Amino acid sequence: MNYNWDWGVFFKSTGVGHETYLDWFISGLGWTIAIAIVAWIIALLLGSVLGVMRTVPNRIVSSIASLYVEVFRNVPLLVQLFIWYFLVPDLLPEHLQQWYKQDLNPTTSAYLSVVVCLGLFTAARVCEQVRTGIQALPLGQESAARAMGFKLPQIYWNVLLPQAYRVIIPPLTTEFLAVFKNSSVASLIGLMELLAQTKQTAEFTASLFEAFTLATLIYFILNMGLMHLMRRIEKKVAVPGLISIGGK
Amino acid sequence: MELDFSGITPSLPGLWNGMVMTLRLMAMGVAGGIILGTILALMRLSHSKLMSRIASTYVDYFRSIPLLLVITWFYLAVPFALRWITGEDTPIGAFTSCVVAFMMFEAAYFCEIVRAGVQAIPKGQMSAAQALGMRYDQTMRLIILPQAFRKMTPLLLQQSIILFQDTSLVYTVGLVDFLNASRSSGDIIGRANEFLIVAGLVYFTISFATSLLVKRLQKRFAV
Repeated sequence: MNYNWDWGVFFKSTGVGHETYLDWFISGLGWTIAIAIVAWIIALLLGSVLGVMRTVPNRIVSSIASLYVEVFRNVPLLVQLFIWYFLVPDLLPEHLQQWYKQDLNPTTSAYLSVVVCLGLFTAARVCEQVRTGIQALPLGQESAARAMGFKLPQIYWNVLLPQAYRVIIPPLTTEFLAVFKNSSVASLIGLMELLAQTKQTAEFTASLFEAFTLATLIYFILNMGLMHLMRRIEKKVAVPGLISIGGK
Repeated sequence: MELDFSGITPSLPGLWNGMVMTLRLMAMGVAGGIILGTILALMRLSHSKLMSRIASTYVDYFRSIPLLLVITWFYLAVPFALRWITGEDTPIGAFTSCVVAFMMFEAAYFCEIVRAGVQAIPKGQMSAAQALGMRYDQTMRLIILPQAFRKMTPLLLQQSIILFQDTSLVYTVGLVDFLNASRSSGDIIGRANEFLIVAGLVYFTISFATSLLVKRLQKRFAV
């Protein structure tokens, strides 16, 4: 074994300004979180709308939602990212194209592409969970609401959704964690998130194993931390009398 | 933007080679993943605390890191590791390191599927086999696993479709799979957008058609 472990490498200067390699990791983690949170908000909002659309008693509305799900689930994430980053800007009107390609700095345009891409990609998955959650509720809930004279939007807003969300927290947690992991594709369009910074550190220092061990640890801790947080939330808001579904 | 798809036809051989690479990666990843995943599942279900601890740590570990990280990591680290073991430079290509990465990563996911499948088999099967005098390994091999695999087939196929899509991540190490073949063919003739659209459509068609098939299988296998 002739590999020299050197954990001090993270405190060494990168030679770029006054930054240490640890600073690179921190800024990479910052980007990873910034991508994941915004993409998750998009996914949750759009996915809920789509999930409701799939369950309403209207053929056209529900087929639009299921078409969306099929398209976004059956094309690889990386292909979708390239479409958002390379293709879609070309389809924009002239002045928007100008703005996106030239006025924005490259990091911002990459960030916008990856957030939109990941948001819409995850929305398809959230949609399926919301639909399952709504369908898992006892039928009597909807009937009772109807009998009380609720209109359809009220039934969803006041009766079905509040319960459905509480039931689907475990599968939603899986999707939430997946957003963090999937955000690593941003490194392929030049955004310096956690994985890209790890690769860069490995290349600059030849401390390959230290860099990747630290990155792995960060992802692992992030995952475990968020999972425990969601488990506590899940316990707090559990619907009495219902076994939560999924649980993966 | 005007689209011109006439450049696709001359590039078809290149795209086909890319697709062959994608399918090879997927097939090897699935095969290795299922074998390793089954071993891990048996470890998780075994009575030995240590064994089940090792397996569950493995699963937790691989499920909490991105596949792209594993691919990159293996690409850079496997040559190093081999040099430690064999003591000499053994050049291995991007292909081997990607296959190893897929096998080890997917094993964590397949492990969970196999475990759920085994746990879904009624306890009586185990007791009956033991009453007939079968050893633990015989029971697993001859009674439990065959039934479990039958039940799991749709899930295993679903996971394979996911891997089919995820193989596109080998782009990061420059392996020429279907996506990379499409991108480079498109770049050469300045028609990157058209090739990207075609790539998306091909991926969609294959995954969608396969998942419809899986749904039909699921109905037939339903117990």
